[in-house]
Amino acid sequence: MFAIKVEDLTKTFNGTTAVDHISFNVNNGELFGLLGPNGAGKTTTINILSTLLKPTSGYAEVAGFNVLKDRDAVRNSIGVVFQDTALDNRLTGRENLEFHSVMYGMSKEERNERIREVMELVELSDKADVLVEKYSGGMKRRLEIARGLIHKPKVLFLDEPSLGLDAQTRRAIWEYIRKLNKEEVSIILTTHYMEEADYLCERVAIVDHGKIVALDTPQNLKDSLGGDVVSLELQEQNDDGFEAELKGFEWIEGIDRHDGMLDLKVKNADKHIPEIFLTAERRGVAINSIHLRKPSLEDVFLRYTGKTIREQEAGQADRHRGRAIRGGHR
Amino acid sequence: MKMINTKAIYILWLREMKTFIRAKSRVVGTLVMPLLFLGFLGIGFTGLSLPGIPKDINYLQYLVPGMIGMTMIFTSMFTGMSVLWDRQFGFLKEIMVTPVSRVSIVIGRITGGTTTSVIQGVAILFISLLLGFKIFGVLPVLLSVVFMILTSVAFIGFGLAIASKMKDMQGFGLIMNFVMFPLLFLSGALFPIDNLPLAVKAIAYLNPLTYGVDGMRGVLIGVSSLPVVLSLAILTGFCALMVFLGAYLFEKSESV
Repeated sequence: MFAIKVEDLTKTFNGTTAVDHISFNVNNGELFGLLGPNGAGKTTTINILSTLLKPTSGYAEVAGFNVLKDRDAVRNSIGVVFQDTALDNRLTGRENLEFHSVMYGMSKEERNERIREVMELVELSDKADVLVEKYSGGMKRRLEIARGLIHKPKVLFLDEPSLGLDAQTRRAIWEYIRKLNKEEVSIILTTHYMEEADYLCERVAIVDHGKIVALDTPQNLKDSLGGDVVSLELQEQNDDGFEAELKGFEWIEGIDRHDGMLDLKVKNADKHIPEIFLTAERRGVAINSIHLRKPSLEDVFLRYTGKTIREQEAGQADRHRGRAIRGGHR
Repeated sequence: MKMINTKAIYILWLREMKTFIRAKSRVVGTLVMPLLFLGFLGIGFTGLSLPGIPKDINYLQYLVPGMIGMTMIFTSMFTGMSVLWDRQFGFLKEIMVTPVSRVSIVIGRITGGTTTSVIQGVAILFISLLLGFKIFGVLPVLLSVVFMILTSVAFIGFGLAIASKMKDMQGFGLIMNFVMFPLLFLSGALFPIDNLPLAVKAIAYLNPLTYGVDGMRGVLIGVSSLPVVLSLAILTGFCALMVFLGAYLFEKSESV
């Protein structure tokens, strides 16, 4: 059984298609990512899967339950961390968690134990009785992650979990998300940070204009671009023997010579750089500098959409403004 | 999934109580206006005789039930519309993804809001004793609480219905000026509606607050335009209607 099954899902708001016939499955226990610019339809997808919005057409199943017909069963099986903070600032951290666990029908003992556990997990135990309005952005995020887990959901939705957080806090959040795998929960996260998707997700769906344009493991997506590029700056410009010998290696996929640089297209370059050095040394070729460039998910995004994610966001921001002026849906 | 989840209703009520106690400025703010009205109008118009008010009834006596009604409509509408706050701060989503029936969520909000409104109404009643308001025993006070509860429930339902049709808090001021104040003036809270032109009077009789205020006046000072029991019955009817309407629109509204 899949944790999430989505078939041909579509959502339109007043004629604007936010989600456009998407299909994907998330395996049990998987950490799955939806990567795309703001406005690509990621949050709308999450809102449909978490029963907050009804799809215009298509079918979706979460933890084996139909999101339209078995809404309560779906709600019982999921935890959601929303993109925007969804905490009551006037309550303490513990009170927010208590509110949540009572809403999920947990008994008092169960509740107290779980609150202690999840507060420990996100290292907020000593702030449990402080009003949330006194929390920092990172602490609020951690509290929300804790809350999403408290009722032991089968599927956890994380909508832009590290949006607006500084680099250090983001790292910490990533570590918590990784720790969650121990809680045996399937996680679906949305992000427009390439590094986040790359670092965390087992599989990534690249979303653009409401469509999934590519779906695979981050490694496969990057490999599909044709491997890493190693640029060598050589002291002697014309050692053809060296080049010929490199060509003989099966892990070298192509050689380009330009501006005194030798560009090698290499599969798994990290592993083969030592061999390149050894070959050079054996032949007495001196290397002045070496530069390794790995394709990022940004390159993958560029390849599939013809734009970088930043350009894309700028464009969509313009469209949003236009829409706002016309008075359409947010 | 059971429709009525008492634990969830309790925790929703508790949240309302906790935030009520912590938001002291809001409580003071809602009490100030009726007290100013009572102070300036009640004392300023002492001895004034208005057609429709019996000669032996002091204007302050007449005004207090009206001011309690005013407190009810303002606090209750505010509670009903606090859904908009929750939406703005995202907390509504947190409530809506839980497996709690929408009916229970509405009931939780109504019980919480009614409790805080009645606390404020009773506070007005007691403060007005200091200004010279006379009550005649405990029973009238208890009966007036019944009217407070019904009025509050009706307007929370109404506030919920309006909030379900709005996207954010921006229209709140508009609702204040174009809905809450007219409802207040057309309720007999400040002056007897019997003197109004027929058309306006007809509108006043479609206003639940009219029955709330008239009923409270009946039980507290023994003066009312309609029999107290009739007011009670009509108000109960409004209550049911508003709650149904509010719950229905809330259920249908999208939370994101």
